[in-house]
Amino acid sequence: MTASPALSDQELAAIRSDFPVLGRRGEDGRPLVYLDSGATSQRPRVVMDAMRDFAENHNAAVHRGAHTLAGEATEAFEDARAAVARFVGASPGELVFASGTTGAMNLLTAALGAASEGRGQGLGRRFAILPGERIVVTQAEHHSNLVPWQELAARTGAELAWLRVGADGRLRLDDLPAVINSRTRLLAFTHASNVTGAITDVGAVVAAARQIGALTVLDAAQSAPHLAVDLAALGVDFAAFSAHKMLGPNGIGALYGRAELLEALPPGFTGGSMVEIVTMREATFLPPPNRFEAGTQAVTEAIGWAAAVGYLAHLGMGRVEAHERALTARLLSGLAELPGVRVLGPAEAAGRLGAVSVDLDGVHPHDAGQYLDAQGIAVRVGHHCAQPVHRALGVHSSTRASLGLYNTAAEVDRFVAALGQVRDYFGAGL
Amino acid sequence: MSSLDAMYQELILDHARHPHGKGLAPTFDGESFQVNPTCGDRIRVRVSLGDPAVGRAAGGDLAVGWPVVADLTWDGQGCSISQASASMMGDLVRGKDLSEAAALGEAFGELMRSRGRGIDPDLADRLGDAVALEGVSRYPMRIKCALLGWMALKDAVARAATGDASPARIPEGI
Ligand SMILES: Cc1ncc(COP(=O)(O)O)c(C=O)c1O
Repeated sequence: MTASPALSDQELAAIRSDFPVLGRRGEDGRPLVYLDSGATSQRPRVVMDAMRDFAENHNAAVHRGAHTLAGEATEAFEDARAAVARFVGASPGELVFASGTTGAMNLLTAALGAASEGRGQGLGRRFAILPGERIVVTQAEHHSNLVPWQELAARTGAELAWLRVGADGRLRLDDLPAVINSRTRLLAFTHASNVTGAITDVGAVVAAARQIGALTVLDAAQSAPHLAVDLAALGVDFAAFSAHKMLGPNGIGALYGRAELLEALPPGFTGGSMVEIVTMREATFLPPPNRFEAGTQAVTEAIGWAAAVGYLAHLGMGRVEAHERALTARLLSGLAELPGVRVLGPAEAAGRLGAVSVDLDGVHPHDAGQYLDAQGIAVRVGHHCAQPVHRALGVHSSTRASLGLYNTAAEVDRFVAALGQVRDYFGAGL
Repeated sequence: MSSLDAMYQELILDHARHPHGKGLAPTFDGESFQVNPTCGDRIRVRVSLGDPAVGRAAGGDLAVGWPVVADLTWDGQGCSISQASASMMGDLVRGKDLSEAAALGEAFGELMRSRGRGIDPDLADRLGDAVALEGVSRYPMRIKCALLGWMALKDAVARAATGDASPARIPEGI
């Protein structure tokens, strides 16, 4: 693939004008610098407009009822599914709506738990996890792709093993032979860390998993907003991601599963809208993806998410990536000049995303964040829902700037300059 | 003075850099471990209780009284606000009886909820150095930092009363 050109200043200005919130000013009257897209991204007007149009003109329950509105709502909902699926290289039947990445991971672990308890008859048996078998995760995981697996291991009697994170913040893929054995049933790992920004060599993990027939589960919450992600080409079995990190609304995300797997997987959550025939004693279930969508879905949010992926696809993810990588390089080289600032993660922009966490010698992240906020700069402070990776890197928490496609070089410079004042303000290193 | 400078007064940064009572006493009557879920900051507070301060209340009834906070030590990781607040809290409640300590906790809570509007000057007077943390009340996201130590104190005292001195197991490991 040839590299796409980064965005021009003109294009960037036009993009920024699509995001109303970027017009906000900070406490000091200067324009807000939003560097917290890793936590949640801002939304372009087209997303709000699509949701409003749906609510004003087409709102109805989907997949039930025969009136005109219900038909329009159902069509819009299924179109949204197709749009999101296409965006990540999946077919619509492989995309299950969930409340977010966390919701998707819990949906999957609930289904695997059900299979392990004998639900799903013959077909589901391939997913049963037995006592003494192994679930592999990594030290880089967001709690959302770690705690559900801890719970599934506790429920099934499986043992948990993990790939470590090296001092450079990258996954230690040399741990693969040690953590994968004939009893390993599943590997759950992140595509990109929300703390170190490191991008995982998915192909290497998938190849190792395939050798022993283990399932792979990819956390694409951070990659889907910033990279061109083709799940089918990556070859993972399952994946999860969230709309609110990719210019869409909160409250919706998706679980991707290869068609053949979803076909055989029993549901973990049950109730209305996922059944065929229900008697007083039992029920039969719909085919995927509806089998996994129990209860009323976040329809308006699905419509908004489709508008968001439309916006991203229109720009082209290659260009988004090129723009963000150039900014990341600028950010990293700026930080390298600052005394007492340690970047937690790869020091070069290659093979990483623009989520850049730092440890400030002698200053607690909460204090740093407060100082930056007073300068109108929004960053995230704390453990970013990833305590083990902080522990692996020898710190308790960090200060994170995370870039979005609407950020500019001037904003990066303002952040670096302000961060350079933080240690002085708090008298660190005096 | 900007709101930021009002929050980070020199007195606060001093307490944070040179905290009082930091370092856990080996013996105690009650202990509590508290975590701030936003940042994972943590604090452990230990209290030792002494006999009621008989005769200390001016002209008071000498026969009954509350046990006294004979010692308060703590340890933890946290931002300058949480560290300074714990340091000031120890200074404030050491030697006070439990009813006064609880009242100070209430007063400090009120200060934190004041959103920068201030509180009754008499109440403020009783808070000692801790009144310098008033600036935190303008930053709702930081109030938890300032209250972390106080929450631990309340819990440690409750544990001392029930004889269940130590909190539940805390996961250790990587
Ligand atoms: C890598 C990663 N995984 C999972 C999540 C959880 O996503 P959500 O909170 O949308 O469920 C996040 C973000 O919070 C994340 O950064």
